Amino acid sequence: MNDAPAVELRAITKRFGDLVANDNVDLDVRRGEVHALLGENGAGKTTLMRILYGLSSPDAGLIRVDGRQLEIRSPRDAIAAGIGMVTQHFALVRPMTVAENLALGRVGTLWLDPADVRRRAAEAVERFGIGVNPDAVVGRLSIGQQQRVEILKALARDCRVLILDEPTAVLVPQEVEGLFATLRQLVAQGLSIVFISHKLGEVRAISDRVSVLRRGRHVGTVPGSTPEAELARMMVGRPTFGVVRESAPAGGTAPALEIDGLRVEAPGRRPVLGDVSLRVQAGEIVGVAGVSGNGQTELVEVLTGMRLPSAGSVRIGDVELAGAGPAEVMASGVGRIPEDRHACLVGELSVAYNLVLEHLDEFRRRGALDERRIRSHAEALIERFAIRARPDDRVASLSGGNIQKVLLARVLSREPRVLIVSQPTRGLDVGATEYVRRELLARRTAGTAILLVSEDLDELLALADRVVVMYEGAIVGEMSASDADIDQLGLLMAGRGQVG
Amino acid sequence: MTGQAGPMAAVRRSLRPTRWSTPGVAVAAVAITFALTAVPILLAEANPFAAYYEFLVSPLTSDFTRLEVLVGATPILFTGCAVAIAFKAGYWNIGAEGQLLLGAIAAAGIGQVVGDLPPIVALTLMIAGGALAGAAWALLPALLRVRFDIDEVVTTLLLNPVALLLVTGMLNGPWRDPVSGFPESPRIAAVAELPHLIERSRLHLGFLIALVVIGIAWYVLARTPAGLRLRATGLSPHGSRFAGVNVTRVLLGAALVSGAVAGIGGVSEVAGIQFRLTGGLSPGFGYTGIVVAMLGGLWMPGVILAAVFLGDLAVGASSAGRALGIPSQLGAVVQGTLLLVTVGLLALRRNRLARSTTPGTGAAVDSVAADLAQELAVVADPAEPEDQPGTREPGA
Repeated sequence: MNDAPAVELRAITKRFGDLVANDNVDLDVRRGEVHALLGENGAGKTTLMRILYGLSSPDAGLIRVDGRQLEIRSPRDAIAAGIGMVTQHFALVRPMTVAENLALGRVGTLWLDPADVRRRAAEAVERFGIGVNPDAVVGRLSIGQQQRVEILKALARDCRVLILDEPTAVLVPQEVEGLFATLRQLVAQGLSIVFISHKLGEVRAISDRVSVLRRGRHVGTVPGSTPEAELARMMVGRPTFGVVRESAPAGGTAPALEIDGLRVEAPGRRPVLGDVSLRVQAGEIVGVAGVSGNGQTELVEVLTGMRLPSAGSVRIGDVELAGAGPAEVMASGVGRIPEDRHACLVGELSVAYNLVLEHLDEFRRRGALDERRIRSHAEALIERFAIRARPDDRVASLSGGNIQKVLLARVLSREPRVLIVSQPTRGLDVGATEYVRRELLARRTAGTAILLVSEDLDELLALADRVVVMYEGAIVGEMSASDADIDQLGLLMAGRGQVG
Repeated sequence: MTGQAGPMAAVRRSLRPTRWSTPGVAVAAVAITFALTAVPILLAEANPFAAYYEFLVSPLTSDFTRLEVLVGATPILFTGCAVAIAFKAGYWNIGAEGQLLLGAIAAAGIGQVVGDLPPIVALTLMIAGGALAGAAWALLPALLRVRFDIDEVVTTLLLNPVALLLVTGMLNGPWRDPVSGFPESPRIAAVAELPHLIERSRLHLGFLIALVVIGIAWYVLARTPAGLRLRATGLSPHGSRFAGVNVTRVLLGAALVSGAVAGIGGVSEVAGIQFRLTGGLSPGFGYTGIVVAMLGGLWMPGVILAAVFLGDLAVGASSAGRALGIPSQLGAVVQGTLLLVTVGLLALRRNRLARSTTPGTGAAVDSVAADLAQELAVVADPAEPEDQPGTREPGA
C-alpha cells in the first residue's frame, strides 16, 4: 500500500465542438472518503466521471490510479483498475434474479452453475452488507433496491473506487437515507466513493470533501462541512450581465396563462410535478429556474400539449387546455419553443415544409399543397428572421442557431398570445443567443405572456420580470428578477432556503 | 448531462447522405448480389455472365417475353406500392402477402356472383371488395399498434399464414371445384375478367390499374397535405405530433390504404391471370413487394423500376433454366440475396450514421432497413423457391 490518492485526475480537458465540457480539471479522491462532485447541470461533472470510467476519452490530461498512470480506454480498463460506476440508467436485466444479474458481470467461464451463482451472490450480499435478496427478480424490486443491485455488481468486481452519478435523483427520501447508510458502511471498509450531485443538503450530509465544478472548470475543493451558502455561491456564483430592460407595459391585469394545481404522477415514483400553480400576465416574462430534472421538462410538455397531466388545470383566457393535444394548444394562440428543438422539427424535411407544418391546411389549393405560397412564405420568414438557409434545405443540415431560428420563425410569425419557451439559447453561439433574447423581449413588448424555462440564471435574470424556482416537481420560491439574490436562488435550486 | 449541442450540431452538418444515396444503394445492391450469386451459378456448372444475360437481357429480346415481364411486374407493382406507402409513414407492414390473399378471396367470391352485371360494374365491385378485404386484414394489427403499441412487424407477418389457411379452407370447403374436385374455386364470371391489353398476351388491365394506383399514390404523397403529414410522420413521429399532426390517424390511414392496395393486387391476379382462387395464387408477391419497395427507395417511380426489374429477373430465371440447364430456382436465390443485400446496405448506412449521432435523426429508409434486418430471417423464408413468379409457365 502506498500513500497516493486512490484516483488522481490531472489537467483533464474535454471539448465537444466549441463547447469545453472539462477545462483543465484536477481532482484527487482519497482512500475511504466520500468525495462529492457538485455543480449545476452542464458543469461537466458527468463528463469528468465518464472519462474516468472509460466511456469517454479526454482531449488532454492524465489519470493515475493508486499512483500509477493508466490509459483508460474503455469501462473494461476501468473495471480492471478497480473503478466502478453506477449511472442514472441501470444496466440490469429485469426478468432475471439478482444473483443472475451479478453473474452476468463475470467473465471467463462458459459454464454457469446455478448453485454457484446463488452462493456467490449470497456471499457478496453478506460481505458488503447490502440488504437485497439474491433470489428476487430484479423487475419486481423497487428503484432503490435495483440501485443496490447495481452497486453490488460493481463491488462484486472488486471495485475500490465507486462512482455514483446522481444516485438520489430516482429515490424517495427514505431510500436516500438507506443509500447513505450503505455508503457510510462501505467507506468504513475502505471504499472510495465519488458522489455526483447538485443537491447541497445531500452533499453536506454524506461527503468528506466536495469538489465544485462550474462551466467545466474546477472551482475548488472544500471540506464537506462547508456552509451551504458558501457551496451555493461556488456552484452558481457569477456576475450577472447588464441588460437594460424596459418596464413591463401596463397590459391587462387579467392573467393570460393560468396554471392551477398541475400534477404529473407516475406509479411507484414520487410525482414529477406536484401541485404547480402559476400565473403569467400579458406582456410579462416569468422565468422558471431550477436544475434540470426537477419537473421543468414535464411542465413544458403539459403546456405544449405533449403530455397528459394527472390533475390540475391550464387556462388561456376561458379555454381549458389541460389534456389538450398540440393542435388545440396551438389553436388557442400558444406558441411553443421546447428544449429539444431538433425533436420538434422534422429534420429530414425542408425548411419551407417545417415552417408550414403546424398550419398545413392554410397552405392548400384545390386539395394539393400550394407549393408557391409555401415557398414565398418561407422566403419571407427567412428574410425576416435572418435564417441562414434556403427554403429547400433540410432542417437537419442547418446549424443549431439556424434551427432555433426556424422554430422561432414558425412560432413568432403567428403572433402568439402566450409563449412557452424552454432553454431557448442552449448550445447557441453568442450572436444567435443575443438574437433569440431580443426576439423574446420584442414579443414581451408586443404584449405576449411568456413562460421562460431556463437553466441559465444569467438568461433568466436578464429577461424575466419574475423568477420562480422549481425543485423536485414543485415551485419552492419566487422573486422579482430586479432584486433577485443569486445566492438565495442557488440555495433554492439546490433544495435549501426559504421562499423569498 | 454536459451540453451536447456542440457535437450534435457538427454531426448533423455532416449527416447529408449524398455519398450513400438511395439510388446508389440500389445499384450497389444489384452489383453485390450478382457477385454473391455467381457462386451458386458456378456450382450449377454455368457461366455466371451467360446466366445474368439470360436473367436480365434475354427476356427483353422478344415481344412475348417483354410482355411477360410486365405480367410478372403487375402484382409486385401493387404490393411494392402498398409496402412503400406504409413504410413511408413508419408503419412496417410486412403483411402485404396476407392482404393480397384476402383481396383475392373477395375477388373470387364477388366474381362468381356478378355474372348478370355489366363488366364495368362487376369489375368495380371486385376492386372495391378486394380493397376493403385487404384493408380489413390490415386493420387489426394497425389497431393493436396505435392502441397498445404492439409491434406491427410481428402481427402483420403472422397474419400472412393465417390468410393462406383461409384460402385453403375456402378451397377445400365451400369453393372446392364441384366438377374436378380439385381444391380450386369455381371460375369467375366472364364479365368479371380483366380485359387483356394486347391480343395473345397475358398482359391485362390490372397492369394499367397498378400504374394508376401508383400514380395516385405518388401524387398524394408528394403533393398533398395528407401526403406531407404521412411523410413527416415517418421521418419524425415526435416532431410531427408536436406540429399538430394526428400521428395515430396517419398510421391507421397508411396501414389501411396499404392493405387496400395489396388487396387490389389480389383482385388483379384473380381477375386477370387465374380467373379463380387457387392455393398457389401468390408465390410470395407480398414479400417480393418488400424488396420492390426497398429497392425503389420508397419512391413511387423507383417502385415501378424495381418491379419491372424483378419481373424481368423472374421471367429470365425461368428461361435460363431451359437455356442453360440450371435450376430455375436460381432466380429465387438471386431475389432473396437481393433483399438481404439491399437491407444490409441500408442498415449499414444507418449504423454508420447512428454511430456518429444521437438517436432519432436517421433517415426514414435507414430505419426501415434496421427494423427489417431483424425480421429478415422470417421474411426471406416463406418465399419457397418453387413458387417464385418466374417459374410459372406462361398460360399455366
